[in-house]
Amino acid sequence: MEEQFAKPEIQKPENIVYKKTDLMVDRPLSYCPGCGHGTAHRMLMEVIEEMGLVEKTIGVSPVGCSVLAYDFLDIDMLGAAHGRAPALATAIKRLWPDHFVFTYQGDGDLAAIGTAETIHACNRGENITIIFINNGIYGMTGGQMAPTTLPGMRSSTSPYGRDVQTMGHPLKITELIAHLPGVYYVTRQSVHTPNNVRRTKKAFRKAAELQKENKGLCFIEIVSNCNSGWKMTPVQSNKWMEENMFPFYQLGDIKVDGKLVEKKETVEKE
Amino acid sequence: MAKIIGDIVINTERCKGCEVCVAACPLAVIAMSKEVNSKGYHFAMKVNNECTGCTNCALVCPDGVITVYRAKVAIA
Amino acid sequence: MGELRLMKGNEAIAEAAIRAGCDGYFGYPITPQSEVMEYLMAEKPFERTGMVVLQAESEVAAINMLYGGAGTGKMVLTSSSSPGISLMQEGISYMAGAELPAVIVNIVRGGPGLGTIQPSQADYFQAVKGGGHGDYKMLVLAPASVQEMCDHVKLGFEKAFEYRTPVMILSDGAIGQMMEKVVLFDQVPRRSDEEVIKQCPWASNGRPKTRNHNIITSLDLDPAGQERVNLKLQAKYKLMEQNEVLCEEIQCEDAEYLFVAFGLSARICQKATDLARAKGIKVGLFRPITLYPFPAIEVSNVGNRVKGILVVEMNAGQMIEDVKLSVGCKVKIEHFGRFGGIIPSPDEVVRALEQKIIGG
Repeated sequence: MEEQFAKPEIQKPENIVYKKTDLMVDRPLSYCPGCGHGTAHRMLMEVIEEMGLVEKTIGVSPVGCSVLAYDFLDIDMLGAAHGRAPALATAIKRLWPDHFVFTYQGDGDLAAIGTAETIHACNRGENITIIFINNGIYGMTGGQMAPTTLPGMRSSTSPYGRDVQTMGHPLKITELIAHLPGVYYVTRQSVHTPNNVRRTKKAFRKAAELQKENKGLCFIEIVSNCNSGWKMTPVQSNKWMEENMFPFYQLGDIKVDGKLVEKKETVEKE
Repeated sequence: MAKIIGDIVINTERCKGCEVCVAACPLAVIAMSKEVNSKGYHFAMKVNNECTGCTNCALVCPDGVITVYRAKVAIA
Repeated sequence: MGELRLMKGNEAIAEAAIRAGCDGYFGYPITPQSEVMEYLMAEKPFERTGMVVLQAESEVAAINMLYGGAGTGKMVLTSSSSPGISLMQEGISYMAGAELPAVIVNIVRGGPGLGTIQPSQADYFQAVKGGGHGDYKMLVLAPASVQEMCDHVKLGFEKAFEYRTPVMILSDGAIGQMMEKVVLFDQVPRRSDEEVIKQCPWASNGRPKTRNHNIITSLDLDPAGQERVNLKLQAKYKLMEQNEVLCEEIQCEDAEYLFVAFGLSARICQKATDLARAKGIKVGLFRPITLYPFPAIEVSNVGNRVKGILVVEMNAGQMIEDVKLSVGCKVKIEHFGRFGGIIPSPDEVVRALEQKIIGG
């Protein structure tokens, strides 16, 4: 196909300022168009490559849309049972203390079935990094309600909107575990705009560096979209996320250097 | 005098037409094609020469289909 | 000759794990096996060999810690008792599917449900027929003495790594709690990280430039792929059936009747054999040591020579099904057992033999 606006004089290897890292396996991602998983994966791989950690990295993938993460990330990985990734990572880090060990989990994995494993890995202060992709829905299984689904938000198991009376309030698991002394660094980011992508990459890098220093558990929540589950276009879903998810799940640092960051309370929408 | 010139190369076969890059570009360089790729997606394409190689589009692309070039070019 | 010690069964498991070069123990307290972890915590094996010991938040967490450790090629152990082993079934199925080596000890207690804390043998089906989902087997060892509790840990780890499979040691609350002499084997040094990497090229422990990335998983969304996985597993189990059967025959050469029993029941039947022989009854004892693979050929050879078989097990009749499958229908085969944690006496067993097999 003829490229009308190509500048072949610039398209030289020495002029490359951005190229997808080779640590992303060269194959199409199975994620929906516009899904933040692909971006989060790539930022994590960039950090691992730049820090020269490939030979020392062991990742644990969840059950959820990213169950196939191990097919896309060119690092050694283990696929955990639903919710159990922090248990795997606990043993792996205890047995390979000089390795970079992370889990990559969704909201059902981390805050529903895996609640005990999440809380106890945090409580023990395991020296691992937990990456938590929160899109307020169960994507892989067809859009059911998640612990982090917002009040009034529709899903296939809350077709009239989440009713907090019968279904409970959204679980702010990140704020809960931030109070545990074994947790050192907690932050909430997103990957839907370039600046947020840059901030997420910085957060991943910080967590990897802190793990080298044995500081305790680093927990990075990425509030992300699920345009399929939310039944929107990708661009619409990012806008909806800004307008609805961010007021509830506020972006920014929650705990730094082992100390909670002072924050004003969010008011839950009725 | 020198000017920063940028260019992007899009892997149109891997693009899923999510359009997130369109909003990310500060210079409206990207729009979606009328054609579709072999998967049936409209794909991202350049519609002007204004690219400065800022990498915003490539950063935000969930499928990592964009490669960005940037060079300082002397202006005569 | 190794070091001789008087030990509790549960403690023998723990000491054997340290000596076998185990890298990590991850467990959860439950009676009657908590001494395994208590001994390990008190022994501080981290200072002896660098072995990690961690009390998990549940049996679900413990088995998944095992999955993680095993997936990196490390030697890992857990222990629990019946209700806790039920919680571990998902993890065991995953480990079998992902072909991971590990040893899981079940100190069986009375059930079903919360049951009692006294011994039982009612988890035979769960262990041998696969308590978790899907087509898989575990090598199952049934120790009948504290010495075997010790030896089976070392043997279990060897077989786990040889076949890349979870291995179960199926014991019970009596053997776990009783004290006997044990000859402890000498310390096998824990493998270094480099040795682990060399021994387990399949493991996920950090990708060097020289190979593709390793993935530890039991998932294959392509049914053809998943069938291939299952065929591979079945071929492995066939190999285990050919090569790993262990059993013992006691006074079987001239036997007219036969006890078949494993674990604690075999100890009771040993005494019952002596009592019966003193009364003039020519009875022998066939003791399976591996419950999977079941010594089908061996028990059939002995069983088809006798007039009647009493299968003695502390359950409602589980192993008897495998005995019947192996021996066939020409010989009378009956079950005797007590449930819920009651241990039968040797006299009871002899009476059962007289009433159900000889008299009946």
